[in-house]
Amino acid sequence: MTVSSPPVKLGKPSENYLNWAYGIKSWLLTTDHKRIGILYLISITAFFALGGVAAGLVRLDLLTPQGDLLTNDNYNKAFTLHGVIMVFFFLIPSIPATMGNFFIPIMIGAKDLAFPRLNLASWYVYMIGGLFTLSVVVLGGVDTGWTFYTPYSSTYANTAVILAAVGIFTAGFSSIFTAINFLVTIHKMRAPGLTWFRLPLFVWAHYATSIIILLGTPVLAITLLLVGVERLFRIGIFDPALGGDPILFQHLFWFYSHPAVYIMVLPSMGIISELITAFSRRRIFGYKAIALSSLAIALLGFLVWGHHMFVSGQSVYAGLVFSILTYFVAIPSAIKVFNWTATLYKGTIIYKTPMLYAMGFIGLFTIGGLTGLFLGAAAVDVHVTDTYFVVAHFHYVMVGATIMAYLGGLHFWWPKMTGRMYNESWGISSAILIFIGFNLTFLPQFVMGYMGMPRRYHVYPEEFQIYHVASTAGSTIMAVGYLLPLIYLTMSLFVGKKAEDNPWGAAGLEWTTSSPPPHDNFAETPIVTEEAYAYPETKTAEVPSGA
Amino acid sequence: MDNFSFFPEQASTMAARIDSIYFTLVALSILFATLIAVFLVYFGIRYRRSAKTDRSNILYESMALEFGWSFIPFLMAMGIFGWSAFVYYDINRPPDDALEIYVIGKQWMWQIQHPLGKSEINELHVPINQPVKLIMTSQDVIHSFYIPAFRLKQDVLPGRYTTLWFQATQPGEYHLFCAEYCGTDHSQMIGKVVAMGQQEYERWLSGNVASESMVDAGKRLFNDNGCSSCHLASGTGIGPALEGVFGSEVQLEGGGTVLADEAYLRESILDPQAKVVAGHQPVMPSYQGVISEGGVLQLVAYIKSLSNTQ
Repeated sequence: MTVSSPPVKLGKPSENYLNWAYGIKSWLLTTDHKRIGILYLISITAFFALGGVAAGLVRLDLLTPQGDLLTNDNYNKAFTLHGVIMVFFFLIPSIPATMGNFFIPIMIGAKDLAFPRLNLASWYVYMIGGLFTLSVVVLGGVDTGWTFYTPYSSTYANTAVILAAVGIFTAGFSSIFTAINFLVTIHKMRAPGLTWFRLPLFVWAHYATSIIILLGTPVLAITLLLVGVERLFRIGIFDPALGGDPILFQHLFWFYSHPAVYIMVLPSMGIISELITAFSRRRIFGYKAIALSSLAIALLGFLVWGHHMFVSGQSVYAGLVFSILTYFVAIPSAIKVFNWTATLYKGTIIYKTPMLYAMGFIGLFTIGGLTGLFLGAAAVDVHVTDTYFVVAHFHYVMVGATIMAYLGGLHFWWPKMTGRMYNESWGISSAILIFIGFNLTFLPQFVMGYMGMPRRYHVYPEEFQIYHVASTAGSTIMAVGYLLPLIYLTMSLFVGKKAEDNPWGAAGLEWTTSSPPPHDNFAETPIVTEEAYAYPETKTAEVPSGA
Repeated sequence: MDNFSFFPEQASTMAARIDSIYFTLVALSILFATLIAVFLVYFGIRYRRSAKTDRSNILYESMALEFGWSFIPFLMAMGIFGWSAFVYYDINRPPDDALEIYVIGKQWMWQIQHPLGKSEINELHVPINQPVKLIMTSQDVIHSFYIPAFRLKQDVLPGRYTTLWFQATQPGEYHLFCAEYCGTDHSQMIGKVVAMGQQEYERWLSGNVASESMVDAGKRLFNDNGCSSCHLASGTGIGPALEGVFGSEVQLEGGGTVLADEAYLRESILDPQAKVVAGHQPVMPSYQGVISEGGVLQLVAYIKSLSNTQ
């Protein structure tokens, strides 16, 4: 994508969204999508740290088969806290609320999102939801697992279920606000010449994600509300003792929570398309296939929830339908992986930190996707569901893939967001550490899962210990890998080299404006005349038109 | 146990069938992962920035490639789906001649009732080479009955019956786990399945029997709770006769029929007004809270026995 408008000249070259206004009020009352993106970045980092501490407790405790570190109840609270925080307060908002917020308007040549105040409201709503969840921690925790299965959650649990549900319920609205904002912005505020098929794939991915959020989140909200109603007022909805149906909860829960996986992974796929092209210096292979496969995933993703319930007692025929639909949704994901790989062909590949993350993503997402085929096979799922095989699988997809892309994107856009360069060798070291640590943590879990190690087990038979020890060792390496960026990225704010406007030589409107961008993003509205990823390095060859 | 292994033992007829799908998937996964890795590494080295190599005739899109790499994996996926569908179907269809054993899950233990009266806690003794069908329910939250060596699990739900069937092939002791998170001592809701030769099993069954059979216990409950005063065998009582009911299609008041299976019998005991038999008044009181889940199972076993004799 190039811009035919004259080079942006600002009145004062140093004026940008960071120095545009000062003081705590200028941040807390900002309607600038870039500042809100930063507010989100700080908040979700805090939640990631908290969720990480909970994960650390779980992994340390599992070093011994007797579970010496924690009591049964505290172990249950630790894995619940880890799941609730990581899923609802880190992974779901991670990419859309930070980089999506910051870059979607810039990538489409707009000054802001369509509803800037709604955007600020979404951050406050998220924080209120987060405060409820933090109060759960203070008030003794919650022990239902992030899945809140009934009737355990609605009748039997003696912990702060209502508070946790209110927290998630509230945070859901912040997702909805963001999704509405993205959809309207992408529809109505694209710069002149920026047709749908010239959009960066990052924007396509967020468009598909927003559809899922908008359609799915209300269902989760209603479901949690019903759990609360049953728990508080003893109105029978899910508990059979009150005349309810416990399987109904699972249907409702997974109707949201399976698509939620795509809420986490589609934006990460969008980032990967940006990174692979930028560091291969060529246009993406199969632009339309990647763009449309995002939509296919968004739609098919709503039809596969029952694959979480192959042993729940749902009908055999329902199980078979959900099984075949699960295989359908695997295909668009495979298409993306093949297209990214093909994008390297005849590229000019540059190995910087973001590219390492992107290649790591492809590796981890491939393993995550392929192991999904095991779980989609209903007969195999009967054996491995609710074991560590499932735990490993969804960590490969939700953590391996999503966090690799999140960190890749963060490093890629860090110079643009902050105006500072980070230390490249620290970046490369941490990317490699995370990749190694991640695989060491979760590969053994596939093996012990197939061996029969159930998930959410505090005490376990001795024969599984060796796998748990390997897993805990891996998670230690991974933790160091996650801590490093926190340190060197923060340090770069003070000691980092000043970033040029386009330090990577990447295409895309965000690289045509200054680093950091001015308050209004562009001095004048850019006009787009080319496809996305039109890199000069490969422009000499015939570029088919009309793509 | 110090023996380190990558693979669980196979101890049921399903284990080998599920493992074959598993190994096929492992092979396919290695194939695809290797393919992608090889291309990533090859392109990654060949087209690194410092490499002087031919970059002309770059390819941006290809319908043939898109179709090929969608369609071939799709065919493979459909193959796996079909194969697994057959096995999944068989997992969910117990043979008619299966030995029936009743299971009640509760926080945090497994209670097993054998038809002839033996009951056990956290242990399940079964004969090998004979299909065994577990009829399971939960007294509180959702549990899941999981035997890794058999490659089988089934959620155990409050308020309804689920079944799990298997045929053990190897004598031995196998892990029994609760696989659905159920609260504080979830990880201690474990036990063992003891598979034994037919003769040994007979000996185990007959040894130390102080208790009455499930049918006898059910009959006693049937009389003690006054069921027998309405459900007369002659069919002239207030309630319908129960002889021959199990397994039949029952005509309902207001039209429609229902298959009289375990779930229907249970519902009729605990919530009698839900489905009233044609020609009868909805006058039966609920026995919810009066008869325990174990007692309901004994009553069900007794009512089933009234059909076997015909």
